[in-house]
Amino acid sequence: MDIVLQPASDVPLYQQIAAQVAAQILRGDLPPETMLPPIRTLARELGISVITVKNAWEELQRQGFLYGHAGRGTFVAPHHPWEMADKRRDIAEDQMRHDLAFYRNLGLTEADVIALVRQEWNQPDN
Amino acid sequence: MAYTLDPEVTPLLQVGHLVKRYQGFTLDDVSFRLDPGYIMGFIGRNGAGKTTTLKLIMGLVKADAGTVAVCGQDFRAHELALKQQIGFALGETPFYPRTRLGAITSVYRRFYEKWDDAAYGRLLRRFDLDPAKKVEQLSAGMKVKYSLALALSHGARLLILDEPTSGLDPVSRDEVLDFFQELIEDGTRSILFSTHITSDLDKCADFLTYIVDGRIVASQSKDDFIASYRLVRGRRGQLDQAARTALVGVKEHQFGFTGLIRADDWTRLGLVGLESATPTVEDIMVYRGHGLAGDE
Repeated sequence: MDIVLQPASDVPLYQQIAAQVAAQILRGDLPPETMLPPIRTLARELGISVITVKNAWEELQRQGFLYGHAGRGTFVAPHHPWEMADKRRDIAEDQMRHDLAFYRNLGLTEADVIALVRQEWNQPDN
Repeated sequence: MAYTLDPEVTPLLQVGHLVKRYQGFTLDDVSFRLDPGYIMGFIGRNGAGKTTTLKLIMGLVKADAGTVAVCGQDFRAHELALKQQIGFALGETPFYPRTRLGAITSVYRRFYEKWDDAAYGRLLRRFDLDPAKKVEQLSAGMKVKYSLALALSHGARLLILDEPTSGLDPVSRDEVLDFFQELIEDGTRSILFSTHITSDLDKCADFLTYIVDGRIVASQSKDDFIASYRLVRGRRGQLDQAARTALVGVKEHQFGFTGLIRADDWTRLGLVGLESATPTVEDIMVYRGHGLAGDE
């Protein structure tokens, strides 16, 4: 499990953690029933507050990615392929709304953005 | 996402309505609680009442009113027994300068029933302290580390530390903060430490208690504290009366202004055209210090 935090970002740390863990579950890097590291260990290793990790775990439980109880550990929830497709779409949609607001602010049109997506999608490092 | 405390848990420290009146300064109705397994930063400007509060908790200064409970028990009634559970270090402990560390320790340890020589030895090695050295041979940072080694060698569950990182260079500070996080990792111990170095808090604090002029203005999880404010920036022309009234504090400069606003006011007012960002703990303290909304 990899978590890379950007403390200066405007996205709260717990959301950064939740999004990265969710992405790893969606990609299959963290299969169902994988046990996640203890909250306090993760907090110490990342050098952040215990509460931040708790909030991230609660968010992921609310979204159905994780299950668990205090003291017994937290696990990746079992899931169905179609649910995963829905969640993947939800996350992508959120991100896209955010990005589109940025492009609009720059004054780009729909056609500009579509052209940009086509161009970048086929770049070798994407 | 607001963090709520678990009502089932017995707090390690519960401070209730502490009052202390001095001529020209009153510590007024100070209350907060700290549960096992967390680090709480106690922040405020110099003279706001941090050290006085810590001394009141420890009974070194007598309170005019209020209660302190440690591990669920009244501290006044069980002071001797409860002090065994507490590791306490004031910022600058005035040890005799010509005395060797080993000699100070052999006196200090007698006050504690559960003094742990092995733990003490590990801390000396970890902090690179030589018991044969005299106090006057230690740097400021080494003195702090020595008081920490003393405070942490009798199995204390609650650590109360006044400015433990002041006088430490960045590397030593990082070591001490890492060590704090290690201490609370098993969930049984807690640390209350005062500081005016806000970057200490960014790293390891779970909760913040913020004192301004003898009154607690916030005691909550650090994440909630930060999320309750936004830092806003704009051009000078945008700082109209509506914006001015809403800002908790503001600094104006040649090219515009930067100000602090409560997150709910930011959402409610929808001030058009201003940039907003997440503040740091330091931003919040600084801009509240430049207050104009008079909420202090």
